[in-house]
Amino acid sequence: MTPPLQKPKRKNPILRTRLPVPPPQARSRYALGLLRGAAQGRLELQECRDCGQVQYPPREMCRRCLSDRLDWKPQPEDGELISETLLRHSLELFFRERVPWRTGLVRLRGGVTVVAHIHADVPPPPARVRVRAHLDRAGQAVLVAIPERDTPNMADDKIMREMTCDPKFRKVLVTDGKTAVGQALVKALAKAGADIVWVGNAEPWKNFPGFDEIKSIPQVTLLNLDVTDQRSVREIAGEIAGRVDIVVNNAEVHRTYGISARYGTDAARAEMDVNYFGLLRLAQEFGPALKARGADGVNSAVAWVNLLSIYALANFPPHGTFSASKAAAHSLAQCLRAEMRPTGVRVINVYPGPIDDEWNQLLLPPKIAPGALANAIVNALRQGTEDVYPGDVAQDWLARWRDNPKALEVEASNP
Amino acid sequence: MNRRASYDGIVVTTPVSIPYVRFSIRAAHWWIGRALAELIRDSHIEKGHIDGFCVSSFTLAPDTAIGLSEHLGLSTRWLDFVPLGGNCGVVSLRRAARAVQSGDAEIVACIAGDTNHVDSFRQGTANFSRFARDAVYPMGAGGPNQSFAYLTDYYMRTFGAEPADFGKMCVAQRQNALKIPYAMFKKPLTMEEYLGARLIADPVRLFDCVMPCAGAEGFLVMRRETAEAAGIKYARVLGAIERHAAFQSDPIQYRGGWALERDELYGQAGVAPADIDFIQVYDDYPVINMLQFEDLGFCGKGEAPAFVRANTLTVDGTFPSNTSGGQLSVGQAGAAGGMLGMVEAIRQLTRQTIGGQVPDAALGLVSGFGMINYDRGLSTGAAILAAA
Amino acid sequence: MNALVQFAKELAAGRIRVVDLTQTLAPDFPTITLPPEAGQAWPFRIEEISRYDDRGSAAYWNNVSFSEHTGTHFDAPVHWISGRDLPNNAVDTIPAEHFIAPACVLDCSKQAAQDPDYLLTVDFVTNWEKEHGRIPPRAWVLMRTDWSKRTDPVAYQNYDETGQHTPGPDSDVVQFLVKERDVIGFGTETIGTDAGQAFHLNPPYPCHYFMHGAGRYGLQCLTNLDLLPPTGSVIFAAPLKIKRGSGSPLRVLALAPA
Repeated sequence: MTPPLQKPKRKNPILRTRLPVPPPQARSRYALGLLRGAAQGRLELQECRDCGQVQYPPREMCRRCLSDRLDWKPQPEDGELISETLLRHSLELFFRERVPWRTGLVRLRGGVTVVAHIHADVPPPPARVRVRAHLDRAGQAVLVAIPERDTPNMADDKIMREMTCDPKFRKVLVTDGKTAVGQALVKALAKAGADIVWVGNAEPWKNFPGFDEIKSIPQVTLLNLDVTDQRSVREIAGEIAGRVDIVVNNAEVHRTYGISARYGTDAARAEMDVNYFGLLRLAQEFGPALKARGADGVNSAVAWVNLLSIYALANFPPHGTFSASKAAAHSLAQCLRAEMRPTGVRVINVYPGPIDDEWNQLLLPPKIAPGALANAIVNALRQGTEDVYPGDVAQDWLARWRDNPKALEVEASNP
Repeated sequence: MNRRASYDGIVVTTPVSIPYVRFSIRAAHWWIGRALAELIRDSHIEKGHIDGFCVSSFTLAPDTAIGLSEHLGLSTRWLDFVPLGGNCGVVSLRRAARAVQSGDAEIVACIAGDTNHVDSFRQGTANFSRFARDAVYPMGAGGPNQSFAYLTDYYMRTFGAEPADFGKMCVAQRQNALKIPYAMFKKPLTMEEYLGARLIADPVRLFDCVMPCAGAEGFLVMRRETAEAAGIKYARVLGAIERHAAFQSDPIQYRGGWALERDELYGQAGVAPADIDFIQVYDDYPVINMLQFEDLGFCGKGEAPAFVRANTLTVDGTFPSNTSGGQLSVGQAGAAGGMLGMVEAIRQLTRQTIGGQVPDAALGLVSGFGMINYDRGLSTGAAILAAA
Repeated sequence: MNALVQFAKELAAGRIRVVDLTQTLAPDFPTITLPPEAGQAWPFRIEEISRYDDRGSAAYWNNVSFSEHTGTHFDAPVHWISGRDLPNNAVDTIPAEHFIAPACVLDCSKQAAQDPDYLLTVDFVTNWEKEHGRIPPRAWVLMRTDWSKRTDPVAYQNYDETGQHTPGPDSDVVQFLVKERDVIGFGTETIGTDAGQAFHLNPPYPCHYFMHGAGRYGLQCLTNLDLLPPTGSVIFAAPLKIKRGSGSPLRVLALAPA
């Protein structure tokens, strides 16, 4: 069984930091279909709409009936490990630096054989396993076979640690500790074993309920980080960026206006300044240091979390300018993801529906509780998912958006 | 089903091998061109009389057979490109034989050759096929070692093969290779060395793996009367089969397409497995030798470990196999690895061996296996040749 | 020798001190805090245009942004609803001669130290006049509290659950200064000319209401008032010439005898 991960020794600052190299990234376009499920932690494989055949690797046509009407559908995760190898040699730098590496062939219940990375707690073949679709350090979808039932310290396995962004023993920056979500995040990250939680405290003269409790958590250090202030972001990055393993950018301004309900641009500009430019400033100042530490041991720099909004996908007119700022941030987060991808630092985008806070006072439930949102974010880090749509409203909005974006546009204008 | 036409009157001649080197700064064009030059030199057939050309290569890009024809100043009326790797020898023979039988060509030069630059192997592996790129290479980038390790692991668990069984084949092939001047491995291999060698991808050990290198192999296909008129030694083609992408519903490969076609093969040749004097099998990982022994009818499924234990596999043994040492000892010059056995079989049957000669060799079986695309080898083939 | 030549000579001879009453414009200097749903005054922000780099190899310069009421700043009458219809009530139309005026410095630092909600009263002013003489017409009245010595923004803003606690004038004294003393304006070291709790006065924010309603000006976020004499200094306070501007950050200089 996997031994529990030990707290890593302090880094020797005079040793060279190993540069991150990604695992193989090339895929055919169809194979990228696996990403869609994997980004949300789901195993989806191609299924023929006409004959029901499940197939892997991804193909342009159904291998049985030659239909090209192929859908990516969630699949049962259970299967049998039928053979395995322990690689002690690899052609690629990523694996060369990590051998021995266990991989094997798994026969899924759906009747396909897949090549998977094999968790160390899986017994030798033949063995029952669950196959998960994960994102690897290149942000590409890969399959990982884990034991049929959870084992102690499962997440600490070497292969899992490469697939996930577990906050255990990692140093985390939460960019705004003053919101309910920020405070819930700080508590959840500390509970998840984060080594240090730096917490942004913009406009320190403004004290907020619950803030004293945050300050009393031993891992917490407050910083006068104000994402609207380039100098503040730069100075704080200069101080801590080289040690930050996970950035959770939850700083946001949310005002509940459309175009006509609020004359002028001040509220919208404040939203943009925090929600969009704040991300840009953080990414410029913290990004380079994280990129350089993408392979810095078991507690390497590993993730960048953006608190976006489901309204980034389609505008929610009563909160129209907020939606627009989140759409801008969503787009910029894609850029950040592209720039981070080669370094193994995962950009996790979180798209909640309305949060149960003062700015959504007038919205009827369901609203996602700050604690639930924080847990969803910590869970995403632990699972290594990349796109998170927490809560019922987010799931509903996502489903409607995927089904028919034009319909959603009309529905949103008549809420 | 109609019976296939026989290969009566078709012969294979002029085995050539361009000495292998580990790394080469030459292109595949040079290696294939050298083989063509040797075919012409050894057969005394003028270049202009070669009117068919069949090429196999992984490293010819961006050229294919046609670009190569211009490159080598060869004008033919029949041209083929056989991108089937370890099965290219058998398939080239079959295609060339039918071309000659039908009169589309008179003399076909079949050549497989590849270069090996320092980074060729990794590049070739990373881009070997779409499925390999999409679903195998990202999962460890172990290359063929990884894929064949799965098959070996499964075979060992299921049929009880032991490391020493694979070792016995490797040791015997090394013994066969010692007289081959261009073999990459020139020292004897002991069972202790085999078993003591490091694991590469469990259970695959170091000496289960072939050495990638540069080289070329070639032969000519023509009518018997053409060969006799030119005074060229030849071997006759008694039968040949191919089968691709067989048994796709097997969860993992433990058998190959030979099993579907072997009755046809022996039926066409009019011989039985017991009549075969030697066998040349695709040996890029010894577990595949076992699949071929079984699927070609020398023993039943799962019986290869016992078969190996019961036989000696050297040139002078009870079951001479890979009599020049196979890829495991000579090296794998890319696609030439798929033609190595064919060329050696022609040498044995025409008494032109450069290594050991199987005594009284009259019937040889050449088997091919190629293109491990996702989780299994897809292309299989076999041919039975007879001495003149 | 005219007075200005004499002035220049005195200045050169060091017999006149120049005291900078201005806080440095910096991103972390607090701005006025308002309910979050209200319109907000931008804090000072500065971003590089270039720094001898690929964005401009020979130059270092910045873009800055701020509200008219950020940092040490000047309030024009148009800033408040009570002054909205007055003539020449914006920074671009205020007569330039109003930007130079004498100052009376009322030292309330002891009171403010004891009570952050301290309110300046008419009594305080009349007592002060007994010692320093009557406040002349068209003079600035500057309320010294030493609040500017609170360099920690948290102490400077001094918020608790009932809001901000900073000193300022009460309603009566503002009216007294305008009507009885004809002051040109009122200046403070805190973030407003009114007290932190002035929302609860009658009218709310009386200094804004009466000063601006009478066409008088405000100066806030001043510093170094402790370096000025109670009387005898002259203030140069010229806001940026912003069209129809309600105020502006500015450099406030005092001239005082050495």
